[in-house]
Amino acid sequence: MIKYLLKKEFKQIIRNPFLPKMIFMFPLMVLLVFPWAASYEIKNLNLSVIDNDHSTYSRRLTQTIISSNYFRLTDKSASYNQALKSIESNKADIILEIPQNFEKSIINREPVKVMLSANAVNGMKGGIATTYLSMIIGAFNTTLISELFPEMAGSSSNMIQIDSQYRFNKHLNYQVFMVPALMVMILTLLCGFLPAVSIVFEKELGTMEQINVSPVPKITFILAKLIPFWIIGFIAITIGFTVAWLDYGLIPVGHFYIIYTFAAIYIFAISGMGIVISNFASTLQQAVFIVFFFMMLFIMLSGLYTPVDSMPNWAKWIAAFNPLKHLMIVMRSIYLKGSNFTQLGGELAALLGFAVFFNGLAVLSYRKTN
Amino acid sequence: MKQLWSFIRKEFHHIFRDRTTVMILLLMPVIQIILFGFALSTEVKDTKVVVIANTNDDATQRIIDRIDASEYFDVVIMAHNSGEINAAFRDGKAKLAMVFEDHFSENLKHTGTAHIQLIADATDPNAATSFMFYASNIINNFQQDISQPQSGSGMIQPEVKMLYNPQMISAFNFVPGVLGMIMILICAMMTSIAIVREKEMGTMEILLVSPMKPIYTILSKIAPYFVLSVINFITIMLLSVFVLKVPIVGSFVSLFAVSLLYIFVALSLGLLISTLTSSQLAAMMISGMGLMIPVMLLSGMIFPVENMPAFLRFISNFVPARWYIDAVKTIMIKGLSITAVLKDIGVLVLMGTVLVTISLKKFKVRLE
Amino acid sequence: METVIKVENLTKRFGSFTAVDNISFEVKKGEIFGFLGANGAGKTTAMRMLCGLSLPTEGKGTVAGYDIYTQPELVKKSIGYMSQKFSMYEDLKVWENLELFGGIYGMSDEIIKIKTDELMASLNFEEERDKLVKSLPLGFKQKLAFSVSIFHTPKVVFLDEPTGGVDPITRRRFWEMIYDATARGITVFVTTHYMDEAEYCDRVSIMVDGRIEALDSPKNLKATYKAKNMDEVFQQLARKSKRKAD
Repeated sequence: MIKYLLKKEFKQIIRNPFLPKMIFMFPLMVLLVFPWAASYEIKNLNLSVIDNDHSTYSRRLTQTIISSNYFRLTDKSASYNQALKSIESNKADIILEIPQNFEKSIINREPVKVMLSANAVNGMKGGIATTYLSMIIGAFNTTLISELFPEMAGSSSNMIQIDSQYRFNKHLNYQVFMVPALMVMILTLLCGFLPAVSIVFEKELGTMEQINVSPVPKITFILAKLIPFWIIGFIAITIGFTVAWLDYGLIPVGHFYIIYTFAAIYIFAISGMGIVISNFASTLQQAVFIVFFFMMLFIMLSGLYTPVDSMPNWAKWIAAFNPLKHLMIVMRSIYLKGSNFTQLGGELAALLGFAVFFNGLAVLSYRKTN
Repeated sequence: MKQLWSFIRKEFHHIFRDRTTVMILLLMPVIQIILFGFALSTEVKDTKVVVIANTNDDATQRIIDRIDASEYFDVVIMAHNSGEINAAFRDGKAKLAMVFEDHFSENLKHTGTAHIQLIADATDPNAATSFMFYASNIINNFQQDISQPQSGSGMIQPEVKMLYNPQMISAFNFVPGVLGMIMILICAMMTSIAIVREKEMGTMEILLVSPMKPIYTILSKIAPYFVLSVINFITIMLLSVFVLKVPIVGSFVSLFAVSLLYIFVALSLGLLISTLTSSQLAAMMISGMGLMIPVMLLSGMIFPVENMPAFLRFISNFVPARWYIDAVKTIMIKGLSITAVLKDIGVLVLMGTVLVTISLKKFKVRLE
Repeated sequence: METVIKVENLTKRFGSFTAVDNISFEVKKGEIFGFLGANGAGKTTAMRMLCGLSLPTEGKGTVAGYDIYTQPELVKKSIGYMSQKFSMYEDLKVWENLELFGGIYGMSDEIIKIKTDELMASLNFEEERDKLVKSLPLGFKQKLAFSVSIFHTPKVVFLDEPTGGVDPITRRRFWEMIYDATARGITVFVTTHYMDEAEYCDRVSIMVDGRIEALDSPKNLKATYKAKNMDEVFQQLARKSKRKAD
């Protein structure tokens, strides 16, 4: 019996005016545009400098900052108020104010304060800007010490040398971080949203009733709805792999078959969730809003943009029940770190749990008879 | 006029009968505000650290203690060989590794230099940069403390001031963004789906052949969504002031006026979509793909527009939410007067006029 | 004669509203049973209970020998159903709809093929066979929907206002198809509000406010109510209604 239902689903998908296009265009669009738009990579921060000292050292400091690639000098302001105007009109992101006695203090080995004022409306951006600027100033400081007072640096006073190393993403490339996670988003939107819409659509058209009055078993009907999305998901994720490779030069360190296995379980779980929603919704509009609501919650609490580790405990608990979060960890780990099944055992168990839960609920909440 | 009133009442009943949707529309901003306000932050906290220190001496122990004591780090594993680092990273058990060279304390005392290797799991580059910075700072502070107090150490001291948002609360950035998104969602997406639904069901024709003027039909269709938007605006304002403690620094009147203008633009967008499409599914796709994603990505709601490539920056100019969010930030957070947002207002007025003109024209064409 | 539908004291309540109020009747094999009533009288609700789409609040009922309360899925195997919306898949072709529904009712590919050929020939549908359902005119869709509902030769077929919105000639043709079906031993249970159609039924029940007010052959009903036609019978009974149609 399922053979006939599957045939029907595939024909309907292929004949739909935009579904087939969407299955191909959506992953392409997301992967080509999102990594550029959805980025916290902070480069080219606009810097406004108030140099009250006009000395060699103050100019050197400014020069060092600009040559760091993170900052771009927008203007040199004469006063703090003038610099603040640049911030108000969004021309500058951060102000560096160098005091009058800057050079003198350095030569006299006296501590001197420089003022950093960042536009913190976007607290994240403000924070990153000040961190970067402080780091650059710190490095400048060290250079000055070894230049001016070599006896201090080279003396047998205690010196701890820190050697920093970044693993898995050596060049601290933000896109490398985003691309695997965006594949999760593609799977979620395609395979969670479409099944929900497809069932509610049948309800509105009345064909659902025609099915309900026939002897089709619930599981058969739900499976016939799920299997096409499995295939759609596989196509989408394969497009994702290709784009990641061609456009970003990204190839998973781990094995493809591990990703496909996880994706298979995940699609099953997320489509099941879509079907549960469609069972409760009676109109398309309602279904769309319920799906939208949960997707938004899931995406925000998935660690896509902000790390789950930085969340308060209650939010971490909610995130633990978020299938997206688990697959996101999986994708990033396999792509960047080459993790294997054993290392991802917890995620595997969680995703299997969601798959069983949502599909169980889908079968239970689907009522052929009211 | 009385006729219009009774039609508006009918539309209200229609929408409020669908409790689930109304609940979602009213709850969505509340939940978003709470999540954005309390759950989402990029602050690095309790980063898990794996330590390799084969010689457990005095200096090593003191540095480990300092790292562990800081709010940024939690030392979770004491490992013995470097192979364990990658394993810990792959399991997600740790994000930072600190490797002390053998005889660390002794080297420090006798040769004057000692080495620590900091290895970060840089999967998330921003987080990695931040916690690397914090860890280096802690080690540097330790070094300064054990060095004889010397003048000249740490000569240039940066003093940081965070303007407008001293505690760097992310809500300051998100409240305007949530406002911008909710209004588009309700006014553009819901309105277009509702009107197209009537078209699909054939009831729109009945309304259009009735003696009522078409403009009244449209007004009565959008009135409930207008009211919902205003309710949401007020909810978001109340939550942001009393729960998130994000104050309205500028004038509330200006803020409200700009919001009304934005609602008007969003409604005319919804109207336009509904005249362009004939199926609910298409209306949904257009508003979902064409509105929601651009609003979330290109409006500056979450991601700063300035960092995007020129092409995307160009497109962002056509996203109404971008101008609205900028105006809200300027008035509400920075506390500047309405004169500072004249450009935003101008763009929104222009967009609204163009949209309304096109959609009314289209609407008339369809009637004739 | 074998009893195909048997209903005793069937009631359906939605909250405090009683949609179907204590109805009882029997339908015999091969009969055309007309189920009449104004909009909102409870026809569709009653029919949905018989089809296993909705569970009764009280009372008993069997369709094709199966209990509608405890065995709704078995009921579904032995019935056909055509709703007012002619719910076929508009984006499938004519033969694809037949294949789908034949397959759902467990017919083999071979039989589906043979019966499709037969049906297309008898309906003169050869040209439409490969067309999408959405491209067909309403009258065609109706005929097709009916053919789909009896494609698997059910014991009884439920038709919910099958002739809404079509012209009298098409309606006449449609009723010829119904007669053909009864000739093959299929029982027909049909709701309608066209009173001329009521005359075509073997027996007619008239529902008012959830209750069956009259049940007999059209001839006997006209005699009892001293009416020229079924329309007058209906008008006399419908006047008792207190429910507002919506």
